[in-house]
Amino acid sequence: MDSTITLFLLQDGLINGSIYALLAVAFVLLFAVTRIIFVAQGDFVAYGGLTFAALQQGSVPGSIWLLAGLGIIAGTLEFLRERRALTRPKVLGILAGDFVFPLTLTGVAILAAPQDMPYLFDMALALTLVVPMGPYIYRICFRPMASASVLVLLIASVGVHWLMIGLGLLFFGAEGYRAAPMFGANFALGPVPVSAQSLLVMGATLALLVGFYLFFGRTLAGKALMATAVNARGASLVGISPSFSGRTAFLMAAFVGAISGILIAPLTTLYYDSGFLIGLKGFVAAIVAGFASFPLAVAGAIAIGIAEAVSAFFASAFKEVIVFSLILPILIWRSIRAPHLEED
Amino acid sequence: MNTKSIPLLIALAALLAPYLPGVPLFWVSLLNFIGLAALVTLGLVVLTGVGGMTSFGQAAFVGISAYTTAVLSVKYGISPWLTLPVSILITTLAAFLIGLMTVRLSGHYLPLGTIAWGIAISYLFGNLEYLGRYNGISGVPPLSIGGVELIEGRQVYPVVWLFVTVAVIGTKNLLDSRAGRAMSVLRSGKTAAQAFGVNTTRTKLIVFVYAGVLAGLAGWLFAHIQRAVTPSAFGINAGIEYLLMAVVGGAGHVYGAIIGAAVVVLLKNQLQDILPLIFGQGGNFESIAFGALLILALIYARDGIWAAIDQRFSNRRRHINRDAKPLETAPAKQGDFALLKVEGLTKRFGGLVAVNGVGFEVKPGEILGLLGPNGAGKSTTFNLLTGVIPLTEGRIWIDGGRVDGKLPEEIAARGVARTFQHVKLAPEMSVLENVALGAHLRGRAGFVRGMLRLDREEEERIFAEAMRNLERTGLADDAFQLAGSLSLGASRMAEIARALCLAPNLLLLDEPAAGLRRFEKEELAKLLSSLRADGMGILLVEHDMEFVMGLTDRIVVLDFGTRIAEGTPTEIQRNPAVQEAYLGGVQ
Repeated sequence: MDSTITLFLLQDGLINGSIYALLAVAFVLLFAVTRIIFVAQGDFVAYGGLTFAALQQGSVPGSIWLLAGLGIIAGTLEFLRERRALTRPKVLGILAGDFVFPLTLTGVAILAAPQDMPYLFDMALALTLVVPMGPYIYRICFRPMASASVLVLLIASVGVHWLMIGLGLLFFGAEGYRAAPMFGANFALGPVPVSAQSLLVMGATLALLVGFYLFFGRTLAGKALMATAVNARGASLVGISPSFSGRTAFLMAAFVGAISGILIAPLTTLYYDSGFLIGLKGFVAAIVAGFASFPLAVAGAIAIGIAEAVSAFFASAFKEVIVFSLILPILIWRSIRAPHLEED
Repeated sequence: MNTKSIPLLIALAALLAPYLPGVPLFWVSLLNFIGLAALVTLGLVVLTGVGGMTSFGQAAFVGISAYTTAVLSVKYGISPWLTLPVSILITTLAAFLIGLMTVRLSGHYLPLGTIAWGIAISYLFGNLEYLGRYNGISGVPPLSIGGVELIEGRQVYPVVWLFVTVAVIGTKNLLDSRAGRAMSVLRSGKTAAQAFGVNTTRTKLIVFVYAGVLAGLAGWLFAHIQRAVTPSAFGINAGIEYLLMAVVGGAGHVYGAIIGAAVVVLLKNQLQDILPLIFGQGGNFESIAFGALLILALIYARDGIWAAIDQRFSNRRRHINRDAKPLETAPAKQGDFALLKVEGLTKRFGGLVAVNGVGFEVKPGEILGLLGPNGAGKSTTFNLLTGVIPLTEGRIWIDGGRVDGKLPEEIAARGVARTFQHVKLAPEMSVLENVALGAHLRGRAGFVRGMLRLDREEEERIFAEAMRNLERTGLADDAFQLAGSLSLGASRMAEIARALCLAPNLLLLDEPAAGLRRFEKEELAKLLSSLRADGMGILLVEHDMEFVMGLTDRIVVLDFGTRIAEGTPTEIQRNPAVQEAYLGGVQ
């Protein structure tokens, strides 16, 4: 293995690692705040990337129907839940947030898709179409079982994953799509060709990670989320509603997933079910971090990206086998280091 | 005709259904697939619903067994009946090795671990040249009996359902046995199981291998019925489907496995026909319906279909043979010696010294009270004595033998029984079964004897002993209730009954009077006095002054982890150091 290959693998590993790092941060965040191990996290990557690719190609992305459907279901459930205490502002709020908002977006997408819109517009539209699904999913599926065990929540998130995969096939079809890059440029870094898009991925990852850091350190909403993560009951006693935290965490997780998908869509061909494996690797990084530490999650993600690139080079058929087998020793190490004490 | 035989007749009728004229072959094949899925799900019920371990990876064991028999019969031409033991052996071995790692994972790391190896193994199937990569292995020979090849669905049907029936009976037997009780309490946590001598790691491993073997049986059948193996049948999605079956049917019930398998297989089949009509194109749309079903089941019927049926028909009563020969009891030594001796007991948590050089003794026929304000280190001391947490320094002798550094189950084996400050009974088991766990160390019947029902005599003796102790603690009327339905006071008494089932020389009680009503406390005091009269040594950690003062022979007082006083109740009441610790200093 000469230095060119080493650099090449390193670049590959860093790009994949960046995406895994973003997803790992989302996993850690969601778990800390809601105790949900959200297996469907990766599906937002596929949804984001494929919605973006569809818009670019001038076709209406099927995911708009999911957005509209989720909004209507969430709004209807909200009406049912609040039926004894409906006030005018509440009714207007639900109508605006769960009916008007998603339906307007759906309309915008239908009108805008056939037009040749600027790259950034498509990007922003794809984000606004996919990201609100996160909070809707939380409200429909997880809020009714907020008190359930981690295990039940995990199984439920598998259910969400199945739903999203099945609908993804319906919306996007079985073919894969690759989006056009934002910058077509390539340049050489020593002997290795580097695409501008891959620098964009790494730059955006870095910016997002810094953004998270500032959000949690400097803003009230970020601190409220952290408080829920540390002690949900304590946080609710000082007036931070667990439902608010849950929705915010899902909003951020969906955002991270969708933006990751949009960023890598020009670099790799995405299929409706690509998200699962990408998500799982972010998930491995989250496990490395014990679902608790953000910096460890990032470090783990980069390490996994590189391990994957190296094993893909030497034993490409066994890439997944190697990456997933590596989880077991990590899990054992985690179990020994931080045994779950039985709740008294 | 009694009501008990009705379900039996229904089951019998169902078993004969495929041979009625006019039943399409297609439905018979579906029944066969239900049987295969039920075998895997049955293992998952034992693993998840009983043992508390959720596995997303059971399909991998189905695959290991299916590939083993496919390779042996296709590449080496070995007869399917001969590959059965080999397939099961290999699956057992794989389950044992994977289980060694998996059962050590704690909390939610365990299901995550099963996802990891589930995916890794399915990718392995798909990438090994030897196993035919993604094409798998085709041309697997069918089963044959006496030269007749079992090719058609109606021919395979009896074999499949014979396997299912045997597995169901064996599993039911197992769950109603000494080993089964040890498995069942695992779900509510391992501390209580360990305190009564259950080796929890070993028990979990047995449960894991058992579930793997049932999956392996299904895999062997699958290969010879389907006549081909492909990796997609054993991927993580298949693993999740089995879990779906267990959740829908009811993960805590043997019959839940069959119902869940039936619902999911039939639904999947129907959906595959209907959904493309709705969506107008081909595809894998049943995952939409399954996803929705899973979420709805978890929101509205978390215990599954069978739980709803079970509530109507379940009968937790069992016959108690009061003439059963009593379980053997080691003769208690009487006299003036220390049953429990503690010297220099110390526990540091980082820089915090929770217990600092504490020492005391408990003699036979004596009740020693361990007293102290909140945070004095009483509970830590208790946990050190019972081996739940490791000590930093110090020595502990029980009946003259050193036990510091020993595990809870080793300490239990020396005739030490305990109760818990926060009641640890398995809520979904009957009070009687919970109490019977106390006699775990006094029985011998293992896993195999339990499955084959060779343990009936011993079981009678264990349950007679459990009933005796329930009578002694005044709970005989509640014996067949669910432990989860007991009041706090009754739960504490049930814990004492369970402890007595161990026939202990030394009884350690962690705040037994907390939450008890006045008359309950009086009953408890009477019981403890009579145990003392029988020569038992009792260590009592307690907050309730009046209770301790009236009952104990001697009292040791802790404050900030240090022993500040020891003496008779009267001496302790007059002791200025104790008064200061409890009430603050006299200004």
